[in-house]
Amino acid sequence: MNSEAVPLLTGTGLGMIRGERVLFREIGLTLRAGEALVLRGANGTGKTTLLRILAGLTRPETGRVTRAAPCHWFGHREGLKPQETPRTHLTLWARAWGPGADIDAVLTRMGLARPADVAARYLSAGQRRRTALARLLLEDRPVWLLDEPYTALDADGRALVDTLITQHRAKGGALIAAIHGEAGFPASGDLTL
Amino acid sequence: MSMWSAFANPLKFLRLSDWLAPLFYAASGLCIAWGLWQGLWVVPKDEYQGGDIMRVMFVHVPAAWLAMASYSALAVASFIWFIWRHELADIAAKVIAPLGAVWTALCLATGSIWGKPTWGTWWQWDDARMMSVLFLFFLFLGYMALRAAMDTRQKAARAGAILAMVGALNVPLIKFSVDLFTSLHQGASVMAAGGPKMAAVYLWPLMISALGHSLLFGALVMTSMRTEIRDRRTARLRAAALEGGGADA
Amino acid sequence: MTAAPLLSAFRQSLGEAWAGGAGALLPLGFLGGAAVLVPLGIGSDADTLRAVGPGILWVALALSSLVTLERIFQADAEDGTLDLWLQAGAPVSAIAAAKTLAHWLSAGLPLALFSPLLALMFQAEASPALLVNVGLYALGSLAFFFWGGVGAALSATVRRGGLLISLIALPLYVPTAIFGALAMSGGPGSTGAPLLLAASTLFACAVAPYAMAAALRLAAD
Repeated sequence: MNSEAVPLLTGTGLGMIRGERVLFREIGLTLRAGEALVLRGANGTGKTTLLRILAGLTRPETGRVTRAAPCHWFGHREGLKPQETPRTHLTLWARAWGPGADIDAVLTRMGLARPADVAARYLSAGQRRRTALARLLLEDRPVWLLDEPYTALDADGRALVDTLITQHRAKGGALIAAIHGEAGFPASGDLTL
Repeated sequence: MSMWSAFANPLKFLRLSDWLAPLFYAASGLCIAWGLWQGLWVVPKDEYQGGDIMRVMFVHVPAAWLAMASYSALAVASFIWFIWRHELADIAAKVIAPLGAVWTALCLATGSIWGKPTWGTWWQWDDARMMSVLFLFFLFLGYMALRAAMDTRQKAARAGAILAMVGALNVPLIKFSVDLFTSLHQGASVMAAGGPKMAAVYLWPLMISALGHSLLFGALVMTSMRTEIRDRRTARLRAAALEGGGADA
Repeated sequence: MTAAPLLSAFRQSLGEAWAGGAGALLPLGFLGGAAVLVPLGIGSDADTLRAVGPGILWVALALSSLVTLERIFQADAEDGTLDLWLQAGAPVSAIAAAKTLAHWLSAGLPLALFSPLLALMFQAEASPALLVNVGLYALGSLAFFFWGGVGAALSATVRRGGLLISLIALPLYVPTAIFGALAMSGGPGSTGAPLLLAASTLFACAVAPYAMAAALRLAAD
């Protein structure tokens, strides 16, 4: 869309080796404000690893990542402790990242108003995913890196993810999502591994 | 400079060690044989140090030297890997650990054998050297166990380097505390092997033995590194072959 | 504003330590149980017990730090919390230190506070020295937790990491155990020993967080 905008995230010459297996090599990408990039590829092609490299969690074997803006990482594991409730979890991370978020509003928005005070060990998989997604709303970070954002969500939840993404992009945010065979994703471009 | 690049480049290293390792083996054989012959048959025994049993010193002292030298080498190799990420430094660290552990165990065993007739006990808690070497042995064991527990060689390299450097930072403190511990509990039984008052007749055989053990250690490190380099290359080729076959699917 | 993530890490770890159900009672029970086995093993002779008592408590403190540390980073690595901490915008070393401190508060300090009672059971004379020893135990156990934390961070992704932590941390515990026991011995050299203990604990607090940070980045990799 707006190719003149300053890149929020740039990766150049990225390559990764696990053990002796080459996962991918010479991957380059640029993410600008408002863009939504979809990462495609079969199981085991290194989508998660590439996202983790972009997030700065994994060190690439070759290449460089330049981050011009802070990013949110959303992975397979929710980061929920068994004894935490959605409310205590979000309160903790809101505090860690800086105050200002309205926890009640976020809970309602994510459809978590009812189980807000239920310990995570009693939550369903979908409710746990929603809690993890809710963290995206706690602090405004321009870049979202989403690994399989639809997993375990019902139709309602998937629509919610689409809405969140649309609004994030409208605000000038950008995202990269690894998605498996989801046709209706509102993407602006894609990259196949 | 060209010498150093040989240690940073696996191919150059293979070429260098191709002739250097056999040379080291031969030289170490000569040194150790001469040292043992001198130690076992030529030098007079010292009744104050236990009579004939003191001849174990010609293995014990070189082993003690190598125990310390090999941990230092491990720490240096880890440091080099951590800073410059030369794969060869990691390979060196990986193969030094088990070899160092063997010499450390040899030092403990010979010390114990020497200790029984002279001190009247297999294990002397009051002896700072035995204690320090024991903890060195544990540092080696921990290092090897940690590497073995990691699932890829990259992770083993990183975890090993972190631990080796933490260990190296702690060695002086451990040494100091153990010295303090034993200096307060010391009985009259402790004698000074390898101390400055040692008779000159022992000095040369000891030095040559230590040199021989060091050369043997160096040669074994080179041989193990060659094996490890080829192991990794084999794994790489196998992975590439699998990749080629699987890419069509 | 980098203090906020640290406070959160501290609070979360504290909550986790207490969420086990029994909180600080569990490590206390461990210490008590381990210590009570000793007289059963070596006999009830009062002089012997008095001589070995302080040392037994040091050993029990070291063991309890190892037992409780196994999960400190492993749980975070498994449930994805580690990824979040690495992105929290605070130095990873400071977060690791905050978490270790929280674990020490819930599993180390209570043991130190409890030590006079066990000392009395080991036939020690009731004297103000027992209260001084509380401070020494607290100081020394802090070093145990920091070095143990390095082992825990290194083995965060290892199955049955507890055994590995012990092997890694054991040599690092040596100076603390020696200085601590020396400080309580009342024999020659015991007057300077508390300072040595403090110095080695400071060294642990200064060095261990960086090693933990490097190890945690590796665990997330």
